[in-house]
Amino acid sequence: MLTYTDFLLAMPLFSLTVTVLLIIATEAARVGRARFSQFLAITGLLVTSLLAGLNLRESGVAFQGMIATDAASSYLTILLSLAGIVTALVARPYFEHRDAHRGEFYILLLFAIIGMVLMASANDLITLFLGIELMSFCLYVLAGFERTKDKQNESALKYFLLGAFASAFLLYGIALIYGSVGSTNLDAIARAYAGISNQPLFLLGTAMLIVGLGFKVAAVPFHMWAPDVYEGAPTVVTGFMATAGKSAAFAALAIVMIRTFDIGGSTTADVLALLAAASMVLGNVVAIAQTNLKRMLAYSSVAHAGYLLAGVAAGTAEGFAGVFLYLTAYTVTTLGAFAVIGWHERTNDEGTSLDDYVGLSQHQPVIAAVMALYMFSLTGIPPFAGFIGKYYVFMAAVRADLTWLAIVGVLTSAVSAFYYLRVIVMMYFRERDGEHIPLPRIPVMIALGITAALVIVVGVLPSTVLQLFMPAM
Amino acid sequence: MLESYIPIFMMLALGVAFAVAMGKINEIVGPKRPSEEKLSTYESGMEPVRTARERFSVKFYMVAMLFIIFDIEVVFLYPWAVSFRSLGIQGFVTMLIFLSILLIGYYYVWRKGALEWD
Amino acid sequence: MTLEQLMFYGLGAVGIGSGLLVVTRRNPVMSALSLVLNFFCLAGLYLTLNAQFIAVIQIIVYAGAIMVLFLFVIMLLNLRDERALSDRLSARKIIGAGLAFGLLLQVLYILMSAADGFPQKDEALAVSTGTVEVIGVQLFTTFLFPFEITSLLLTAAIVGAVLLAKKKLD
Repeated sequence: MLTYTDFLLAMPLFSLTVTVLLIIATEAARVGRARFSQFLAITGLLVTSLLAGLNLRESGVAFQGMIATDAASSYLTILLSLAGIVTALVARPYFEHRDAHRGEFYILLLFAIIGMVLMASANDLITLFLGIELMSFCLYVLAGFERTKDKQNESALKYFLLGAFASAFLLYGIALIYGSVGSTNLDAIARAYAGISNQPLFLLGTAMLIVGLGFKVAAVPFHMWAPDVYEGAPTVVTGFMATAGKSAAFAALAIVMIRTFDIGGSTTADVLALLAAASMVLGNVVAIAQTNLKRMLAYSSVAHAGYLLAGVAAGTAEGFAGVFLYLTAYTVTTLGAFAVIGWHERTNDEGTSLDDYVGLSQHQPVIAAVMALYMFSLTGIPPFAGFIGKYYVFMAAVRADLTWLAIVGVLTSAVSAFYYLRVIVMMYFRERDGEHIPLPRIPVMIALGITAALVIVVGVLPSTVLQLFMPAM
Repeated sequence: MLESYIPIFMMLALGVAFAVAMGKINEIVGPKRPSEEKLSTYESGMEPVRTARERFSVKFYMVAMLFIIFDIEVVFLYPWAVSFRSLGIQGFVTMLIFLSILLIGYYYVWRKGALEWD
Repeated sequence: MTLEQLMFYGLGAVGIGSGLLVVTRRNPVMSALSLVLNFFCLAGLYLTLNAQFIAVIQIIVYAGAIMVLFLFVIMLLNLRDERALSDRLSARKIIGAGLAFGLLLQVLYILMSAADGFPQKDEALAVSTGTVEVIGVQLFTTFLFPFEITSLLLTAAIVGAVLLAKKKLD
């Protein structure tokens, strides 16, 4: 029977659901314009993060073991809501500028966040799969949101076809794990793990699971879709799927691999370490050759998936903490960077190339400074958030006897400095000859303010952030 | 267990065999005196001039997609209806929530005019 | 050979054969019709596993509704371009096929070697799990939460479908 606690633990999910249904109803009844949907979405996301904040010190399973709420899942719910708020703030100026602002954007955004929250709090492979599907489906549609643009259609179609293929792998993996354990419940799988961890059937299932989730996080060799999809999708959507989408997928990966499977030191951990190293190297090296900023950040996101995978491969509680901290740093930084790109982009999709940023500091010094801040954070220069994330992830890798992986990570970070700092050089040390771009509108300014402040706060007070999702550490 | 399906399979096999047999017998027994007029696609009808494979309007697709979504919704009603008594009030409330969420979706479809053939 | 084995091998052979036809036929309508046959074989295989409910759903939803959608898509596309899908062999295709075949062999090997570890079929249990009643009770007690999430998934699909395919919005 269901009890009061079940509902208490799922409160953030309910608030999201109520919000999205409200937006659908008002959108259908044509009560307000799209901006009313935006207002509802932001309000709902604020309420959700508040409710998740109240749940930070609660923990337990709900709905017959289908979801588990704890500090980590509540924390991630807050992070995802924040990503949603920033995206909603940036979306209106972006789409109004292109005459494509409609309320459906917020409906799909919220549905995607529901899916992501489900992934972060899944305690059963079925919930996990439904969460992934809900998220992916909304992202497919969002990638082609301006449906008259060929580039976006191509992006959406590519994402959908490859994503559906990856989902099939994931589902097959779940079926094989169910076949060898006899249950899809993560607690039951964790109990059975010691006895079956070397069974070929179970390992095959795990491998399929890694393929499916590896696609969602865009790790090498499952990253092929990322550059095209990131480049083609509307910039606000790219920012959202690169950050929130990756966070949710990594939360799911960490929950399954570290909490459920306890992979530390096993063959599975070695496989993940290899994927991590490949992602770091390929992502960073190919990013150097990119001239389009969206494409460059796509390859950079592949590289960041590599760093995050290093934390998962460590397989320890430290690795788990490192992944969550890194996700926080990566999410706030990249969201901000895409907000700047979205502002700078012209309606004809131009203005995203690196050359367009030449001398930006001369006529928009504040924005250029904020962008420089994000680039420093992505490189991993202290005292910004990116540094803290890398530090924790690499420490976890070293303590788990993956020193070689940490060395690869540090070396590739040095390589990444080249292309991140090149953006700063372009903005600051070259003469401007391009057109004048007006200051961003207030919502974008707020979004930039929030993310920039968080980049510094997370970088300066990492232990406070750590306390939020790992009370024991 | 499977033996209980034998009547169904026999029925199926009989049905298929009957349909095929009717066509074949007609072909074999019936007299054939073809003429040009008879062989045209429509006797005393309009002359077909273009390929039958025309591009369909996306509107058909819209209808088919919405049909599938609501079809899947209805599929969930079968197991609910069959075990309705043993589920009690909780099962009823569960289905009520499920249907109300989809009802909002239906309202959206209706108001957006997706059910109209503009 | 028992009736069950006979059905399994028969349906399996027809299923694989029709599956091959789906990918090898040049005419997309032929592919679609082969897919229908494949769906029916799959439904039959579900029956041999005592999953009556899934078997019926397979026919109603897949062979019925989803096939209609497939055919509409085929009609929607410009069919004169079908010859553009050439079957020239490129290095990429050969490598892809080789890797896919390798993966297939690996999966087969693992499944064969793990066969001893599979639990034996419990006839009494099998008879009592696939019926509509049992699924109903399971769905509305243990899997109540995923069931409700399904409604959100369907609603998201409704909004997405209208957004992408509606000719004139507003």
